[in-house]
Amino acid sequence: MPQTAGTLDSQQKTTSRRPAGTLYRGNTGMWSWVLHRITGVAIFFFLLVHILDTALVRVSPEAYNAVIAQYQTPIMGLGEVALVGAIVFHAFNGLRIILIDFWNAKYQRVLFYVVIGLWVVTMLAFVPRHLINVFSH
Amino acid sequence: MSSATIDQKPVVPEEIKSFTVTLIIRRFNPEVDDEPHWQDFDVQMYPTDRVLDALHKIKWEQDGSLTFRRSCAHGVCGSDAMRINGRNRLACKTLMKDLDITKPIYVEAIKGLPLEKDLIVDMEPFFDSFKAVQPFLMNSVTPEKGKERIQTVAQRARFDDTTKCILCAACTSSCPVFWTDGQYFGPAAIVNAHRFIFDSRDENAAVRLDILNDKEGVWRCRTTFNCTEACPRGIQVTQAIAEVKQAIMRGKA
Repeated sequence: MPQTAGTLDSQQKTTSRRPAGTLYRGNTGMWSWVLHRITGVAIFFFLLVHILDTALVRVSPEAYNAVIAQYQTPIMGLGEVALVGAIVFHAFNGLRIILIDFWNAKYQRVLFYVVIGLWVVTMLAFVPRHLINVFSH
Repeated sequence: MSSATIDQKPVVPEEIKSFTVTLIIRRFNPEVDDEPHWQDFDVQMYPTDRVLDALHKIKWEQDGSLTFRRSCAHGVCGSDAMRINGRNRLACKTLMKDLDITKPIYVEAIKGLPLEKDLIVDMEPFFDSFKAVQPFLMNSVTPEKGKERIQTVAQRARFDDTTKCILCAACTSSCPVFWTDGQYFGPAAIVNAHRFIFDSRDENAAVRLDILNDKEGVWRCRTTFNCTEACPRGIQVTQAIAEVKQAIMRGKA
């Protein structure tokens, strides 16, 4: 399709809707690293809260019981699914990174799919049992 | 016999189809602009043309102010690394037929180094890291007159992969760790250190391992494999970094 000079001009003047650069289109390696970071930071904040709520028993056993009762609500039960999902991914992907550094970087992509596979299997085993517990109490 | 040849039609070679490709280029002129902005260009291209040909066509026929580096234009000098459709590539090695030309092609400068103009970045921080790993042969023994430093085929093969580097910065500027603050040595410097660390003729592997056993050295590698996928020479960059990590831990090359 030949372009006339007029349309070319107007197109040349088009400044884009996206002033920032494009998102780097990395592959499985980059996205597994991004997920590893996100799950790592999330687990850190969980541990922080968990240490605080456990320490509460030294302050006041009643307050501790009240907090633990909050944890037994279904919303927290679903939160625990997310927590276990994050920990399981972080653990398996951590083993993958160790294998990359100490064994062979060649199999990183295969190992990523192994991590996803193991994650799915672990979650399939955990989630139904856990949700039955959460919603039957 | 001769009359038969007169009746034959002249052989017309099949016409190779060209098509209109839209390139969206991230422009920045430090004398006028505060911020980079995107600009669209339409060019007529053949499937065998490269992104570099499209940039040339724009510069020569549409907008002479478009600024980019290129030298050999055949994937050897490493001048024209840029981000094409979100991935670091050499413009001279990226063919139109390998891109999805139904959509516009996004071209922008590599990330993590100071932007100077359009597709040109300041490469000095990149070369500083390269210089810092002492990328030259260090050997105190002078070979006999007229002789060479002998090495077996296996010894040469040990570091063959990392000799291929052309210092285009595609790997270093694809690294999320390098983007954060630019302090990390970066894949390219480590690749060039690897080339001498594992060279049997070199005596100063320990010095380079010590340089890279730094807070900003090999330990900042998070194995995202962006460098390995970006390398236009197909160097297994992440593997090379892992080998340097292991050499540091074992205290020998």
